[in-house]
Amino acid sequence: MTEEKGEVALFVTCLIDNLRPDIGFSVVSLIEDAGFKVIVPELQSCCGQPNFNGGDKLNAQKTARKVIDAFIDYEYVVIASGSCGGMIKHHYIDLLVDDTLYRQKAERLTAKVYELSHFLCEVADYKPVFIDKMEVTYHDACAGLRELDIKNQPRALLAQSGVNIIEMDEPEVCCGFGGAFCVKYPEISNQMVEKKVMDANKTDAAALVTGDLGCLMNMEGKLHRLGIDLQVFHYAELLTRERLTRERLT
Amino acid sequence: MQVNSKDFIPLVNLALDNNSLQASLGMLGKGLSFKRTAAVADFPEFDQLRDEARDIKDHCLQYLDIYLMKFEEQVTNKGGHVHWASNEGEAREIVLSLCQAENARTITKSKSMVTEEIDLVPFLEDHGLDAVETDLGEYIIQLRGERPSHIIAPAVHLSKSQVADTFFDQHSNLGFNEKLTERVDLVGEARQVLREKFLGADVGISGANFLVADTGTIVLVTNEGNAELTTAIPETHIVVTGIEKIIPTLEDASTFIRLLARSAVGAEISAYTSFITGPRREEDQDGPKNFHVVLVDNGRSEMLGTELQDMLRCIRCSACLNHCPVYLSIGGHAYGSVYSGPMGAVLTPQFSRLEEAKQLPNASTFCGRCESVCPVHIPLPKLMRHWRNKEFEAGLNPLSMRWGLRAWALLNRHPLLQHMLASLGIRILGLFGNKATGYIIKLPGLAGNWTKDRDFRTPPSTTFMSQWKTMQKNRQKKEV
Ligand code: SF4
Repeated sequence: MTEEKGEVALFVTCLIDNLRPDIGFSVVSLIEDAGFKVIVPELQSCCGQPNFNGGDKLNAQKTARKVIDAFIDYEYVVIASGSCGGMIKHHYIDLLVDDTLYRQKAERLTAKVYELSHFLCEVADYKPVFIDKMEVTYHDACAGLRELDIKNQPRALLAQSGVNIIEMDEPEVCCGFGGAFCVKYPEISNQMVEKKVMDANKTDAAALVTGDLGCLMNMEGKLHRLGIDLQVFHYAELLTRERLTRERLT
Repeated sequence: MQVNSKDFIPLVNLALDNNSLQASLGMLGKGLSFKRTAAVADFPEFDQLRDEARDIKDHCLQYLDIYLMKFEEQVTNKGGHVHWASNEGEAREIVLSLCQAENARTITKSKSMVTEEIDLVPFLEDHGLDAVETDLGEYIIQLRGERPSHIIAPAVHLSKSQVADTFFDQHSNLGFNEKLTERVDLVGEARQVLREKFLGADVGISGANFLVADTGTIVLVTNEGNAELTTAIPETHIVVTGIEKIIPTLEDASTFIRLLARSAVGAEISAYTSFITGPRREEDQDGPKNFHVVLVDNGRSEMLGTELQDMLRCIRCSACLNHCPVYLSIGGHAYGSVYSGPMGAVLTPQFSRLEEAKQLPNASTFCGRCESVCPVHIPLPKLMRHWRNKEFEAGLNPLSMRWGLRAWALLNRHPLLQHMLASLGIRILGLFGNKATGYIIKLPGLAGNWTKDRDFRTPPSTTFMSQWKTMQKNRQKKEV
């Protein structure tokens, strides 16, 4: 094995941890493939977004401090979610603005927090090998797109692995997940996700790909309910698709 | 401001079931966002102008009192009058007394969201005045007894045939007995009806897009030319507008004008842009004899110095509505407020009460598309979150949610316990799953709102964290 380029602390995210551990392992293997050692700090929790967006600022601050303490000492922190990534990188400093000590710590931490595709492209300079040809369509998850500028990175990585992206109508429009939104306003959320999966399905792509678990589960759940045979993947899964069992891809 | 945002959920359901509304919203969303993107792509200075516009507004808000007084001085110097209304009631009374002083009977009115905010027209009608909306969209909804569903396209919720029906019903007593089907004919008929009103009006009421402090000028941007007829023909012109519309100079006006039409409808400039300064001068051939500006506060100055101050930069372009996937799903009426979409979700709790309007800032996925198109960089999601914080502080949200969030936060401070409970949780969740399909089709409680319209993939029985732990242990064993 060649020498490691550095250490990456993986912020797993609640959704990957509890609902899609397999995606977590795809993420680990990508970071290792890019030449980095992966560490999974045991004392990690949720990023605090439910409290932050639910108006419970005090508890969001408490959670943010915990996360900062758990991750501040690592060289890089990588998150395979634009939403949790955006929470930490984009909102922590503002959230802790009145707490001088933790505000400074947040500044230190956010400088080394990366969304996975951003890390792979711009820090690790990772070049995926060609796997096989495939046609997919891509949904730009909102927080990644607008808070972290994630747009071309996953597309570039996928392209190198042989994936051709057929763009759907309005790939940047929200899928209607929105955290608690989807259960607080299920009717509005349903209308949004229905439109989204219909637009995706119109492309005739073999799969729908995105970078955030919330959107993924929302779109996948809707497609399954509608009986539409279009599988949904995290881009990390597709980049490690030789790991996936045959039956999931066909 | 009249608000029925408490009925948000039933209004949403009505809107989602309304096919003709859905068709209109579909066209609105696609059309305007496409046009805006094209207009912005054609104008490389756009982003630089947005920064400038934000800075101009921030500067004005910082010195609001000084600029407003300068504006008043200029208007007065030019023979006009400025009236200050601290709330909507005062604003209505001022306008009414100005109309009564002129013995006015008929009033023409061009489009103004502030007059909607203060419910001016119904008030004037209650006092026996004949007040006619002259903006086509506003005219249509006035005939139908509705409120605007969009801040610049008030009748966007209606189809052509609905408008045709309304005209047929309401214009037959004026001698128009033909049921029209073509857009141009409908516009033509409205024109004929309105022409009489324009010529006979005693008072014209308009809003203002910008107030220029330097010169006392009001800037009006429209696409129909009705504002020009409203403001130039009657003997008296009353401008009703908000105090935040102030900008320093005419040069600044050009910055905003270049942003406004592009953001609103994807056009380089609107069809009519009028600069009105004071009443008719001796050498002028036309224009009103009396010129009044009613400056309305109505909760605006309270926003100064708070997080909400940024909202006072708003130029009412509607880009945030046109790009909001929630607005485009439910339309404006569901918000129960004349201000809808993201900007309405921020303004309505301020102009009414949070208890009344608390649903609105909650009904957002925080997708951030509004902020990304706002020409003056208003952080709309952050401002909606401001109201969620206030709601939480005031204990206005449901107990189950408050305790749920607290419990979750507590677990976040004890990650190992959280991981343990999560492991247990996913096993319980697994019990709901269908083995054959790998999906859960019905969940209890709040999660049932998820499975109402979608399935939920059954999670595997072990979490990432516990699998990772086992792997690390095995690795260590091997190494020993
Ligand atoms: S908030 Fe911004 S985008 Fe929305 S109407 Fe106001 S200026 Fe336009």
